[in-house]
Amino acid sequence: MTQLIPPLAQKALGDCAAPAPARVVLRERGQREVFCGLTSIMWLHRKMQDAFFLIVGSRTCAHLMQSAAGVMIFAEPRFATAIIEERDLAGMADINEELNKTVSRLLERRPEIKLLFLVGSCPSEVIKLDLGRAAERLSMTYAPRVRILNYSGSGIETTFTQGEDACLTAMVPELPATDDAGLVVVGALADVVEDQFARIFEALGIGPVHFLPSRKAGTMVPVGPNTKFLLAQPWLRDTARTLEARGATHLPALFPLGAEGTTSWLKAAADAFGVSAERFHAVTEMPRARATRALARYNDTLAGKSLFCFPDSQLEIPLARFLSRELGMTLEEVGTPYLHSVHMADELALLPADVRLSEGQDVDLQLDRCREARPDITLCGLGLANPLEDEGLTTKWSIELVFTPIQGYEQCGDLAELFARPLIRRTRLAV
Amino acid sequence: MQLTVWTYEGPPHIGAMRIATAMEGLHYVLHAPQGDTYADLLFTMIERRAKRPPVTYTTFEARDLGSDTAEIFKSAALGAYERFQPQAMIVGASCTAELIQDDPGGLTKALGLPIPVIALDLPSYSKKENWGASETFYRLVRGLAAEQPKTSANRLTRPICNVLGPTALGFRHRDDVREITGLLFQLGIDVNVVAPLGATPHDLTRLPAADFNVSLYPEIADVAARFLEKEFGQPYTKTIPIGVGATNDFIVEVCGLAGIEVPDLSAFASNMPWWSRSVDSNYLTGKRVFIFGDGTHALAAARVAADELAFTVVGLGCYNREFARPVREAATELGLEALITEDYLEVEAAIARLQPELILGTQMERHIAKRLGIPCAVISAPVHVQDFPARYAPQMGFEGANVIFDTWVHPLIMGLEEHLLGMFREDFEFNDSAGASHLGGHGAAEKVSDAVAAAGQAGEGAAGILHWAPEAENELKKIPFFVRGKAKRNTEAFARDKHLETITLETLYDAKASYGR
Repeated sequence: MTQLIPPLAQKALGDCAAPAPARVVLRERGQREVFCGLTSIMWLHRKMQDAFFLIVGSRTCAHLMQSAAGVMIFAEPRFATAIIEERDLAGMADINEELNKTVSRLLERRPEIKLLFLVGSCPSEVIKLDLGRAAERLSMTYAPRVRILNYSGSGIETTFTQGEDACLTAMVPELPATDDAGLVVVGALADVVEDQFARIFEALGIGPVHFLPSRKAGTMVPVGPNTKFLLAQPWLRDTARTLEARGATHLPALFPLGAEGTTSWLKAAADAFGVSAERFHAVTEMPRARATRALARYNDTLAGKSLFCFPDSQLEIPLARFLSRELGMTLEEVGTPYLHSVHMADELALLPADVRLSEGQDVDLQLDRCREARPDITLCGLGLANPLEDEGLTTKWSIELVFTPIQGYEQCGDLAELFARPLIRRTRLAV
Repeated sequence: MQLTVWTYEGPPHIGAMRIATAMEGLHYVLHAPQGDTYADLLFTMIERRAKRPPVTYTTFEARDLGSDTAEIFKSAALGAYERFQPQAMIVGASCTAELIQDDPGGLTKALGLPIPVIALDLPSYSKKENWGASETFYRLVRGLAAEQPKTSANRLTRPICNVLGPTALGFRHRDDVREITGLLFQLGIDVNVVAPLGATPHDLTRLPAADFNVSLYPEIADVAARFLEKEFGQPYTKTIPIGVGATNDFIVEVCGLAGIEVPDLSAFASNMPWWSRSVDSNYLTGKRVFIFGDGTHALAAARVAADELAFTVVGLGCYNREFARPVREAATELGLEALITEDYLEVEAAIARLQPELILGTQMERHIAKRLGIPCAVISAPVHVQDFPARYAPQMGFEGANVIFDTWVHPLIMGLEEHLLGMFREDFEFNDSAGASHLGGHGAAEKVSDAVAAAGQAGEGAAGILHWAPEAENELKKIPFFVRGKAKRNTEAFARDKHLETITLETLYDAKASYGR
């Protein structure tokens, strides 16, 4: 590099770090073995079928996207990377002009795109490429055929699932206003889970119900002062805050993992919409009983087994709550990339008082603790799983939890099975 | 600015990681933001390595920029030295850290560590993975190789060479090394050092003790080999021993460099020539083949395809421009225009236009082949997990030629199945929408399962017992096709067991809860 680029100004990271009272949280800084926010595009680009994600970044970003998950099966994925090159940095090419050309080529090739996200990366943030202005400029060119929004999925600002938070946050100001009452379920869910929840809400008489993000970007979710929203995922701090700024009310609850979590989550909506206790019971009784039956199958395998969670998706705390309370597992350490004390308040209240919570990561130190604890099962990322298996520890890859339908009553058994399988496999293998 | 979906090569620091991960006793401190650790899983998952790559990432954040990223680098480098106690370290920056110009080399020097520290300057915005690997290996060799007494202690009367180029995440490097070192030993040539794969920094200091170098993968080894030739007078091999003919040429070349007689080559048997001459191979004649990969493997594949299998090469190209020239020359000799590109969409368009009967390529071409329904074998990096086989499967040497015969011809033999599909179109299990099994049934899988489902439906209709409510049937379609049949059978068994006439959504999930997965 021949050109000095001024460093990015320090960004306020907000209030994510306040712990629940009386809980000691181990906070660490060091090497983090986690993905950056770009990685959420893996599921977002399948969920929103007429949206496209254009990462403005480096060859590393493109390589991450094709390496981090087996998404190469998609001939034409709904994402791509505009790779910044030497000439863009050296000022030989006007980088904004280059971006215009790239977007124009993309939209010519993919005329079905209705919503285009310009996604910022570490390099685009460091060189202060203003993607917000680029999105405005390009919107004027392509409106009304294509809406163009922007957000940052950079590793210097976001961890893995925070990319979805940033994406949804960018969408909220675009949502149409309404004064009508309604429920919005926030956070990408597998289509089958979304359909199950929609049926339950219908049976409870709650409506209209919208899901954000929805399968079609064209389906705009109306929001206003009489909107109530449930968080389906634990990583939506900024989205929640932005919805609240538009007058919507967050319904605090456990996250819908396990029978207990799902019931709490549904109950929060039922109470807010004045559903009678009898009706709630009548609608949820059968699926709840099914969930309990499905979980019983894995009790022998999981009860009494110890769990160590490396930080990955922010699902770790709700998962630990589910595995400890509904399957009798013990918790060695629950690591999370960020601990949002408000959204996690109900979850934390249900964790054993003595569990070690850690936020952030210094991976070598955490590996030392894990080896010391010798847990029965370790939840960790793909970079650590095989090396830990080689040391004789049984692992579960955390990324499967964001690529598998695990929420709701009907998926309780599947979620438990994800943790039981590596343990069962280890007892079966004789090689 | 370049619009990219899939890439053939990663950034240059991935090349440096391939060198560091291949070696023992070397540690790489990489100035990089959160997220760049994704690269670890290339090695632990795709190559199934049981150890983490020896890489420490500084993991700086936005709030560190402009304040103390240099301090973060220094403490990461010091921490890595203390924890891992390497014999030597390489230090450098990934794409983002390159922009903030912290000078990892200078910062590490200031720490005064008691081991060699080699600073890497790998420009992320203009160079790529192979270049990064080559540059890193060259810097290590240059920094560590020291003048040796010409007759070292382990030198008896046999000539001695180094084998250069194999890395982590290389296509069949592990097995090529075993095959070629075995071949060299049979020829009466000892191996001094294999590097970078399995070598320590200390081993690199011993490189000059050899008489000559074998450059197995020019993309990675040639820059270092040229340095060793200039500095220590070691000549290096130019022939890549892939295929029977090239392996024979390689033997002649190394015997020349070693100053020994070329032995009777009939002693080194490969089954490949006879397999190719036997009558069964007649149907291979003139099969139209498209070849794309790194320059070295594409060139080697073209020779094997044309001369040793009697295929007709209808397309030839490579993604690494550094090796464009020899690929262009080879293409011209075959009466073709070489395709030199890093845009897989261009490769896909060329394949679609040429309609070859076999594609020899990378994992990118394997995906293209699936989409176009064309048989394919992988010949070059980048490759995926299935191209790191448990078995011994070299590409080089005489056993490599056997492996090549099997892996290239195998998809074609299975292709006979397609004739049957064509002849018996109405067969509900093997109809033309089912897709050939060697292509994984991709593209047509949905139709297949529907056909099976329809067949199942008819059977039950005759029995007149079970009826699927439309909503339950719709729900069933949301289950992935590869487990849908099982889910359907389980649900129906469950319903019969409970004496139900109609399968509702409730039944479906009741059954799911009672069967598990």
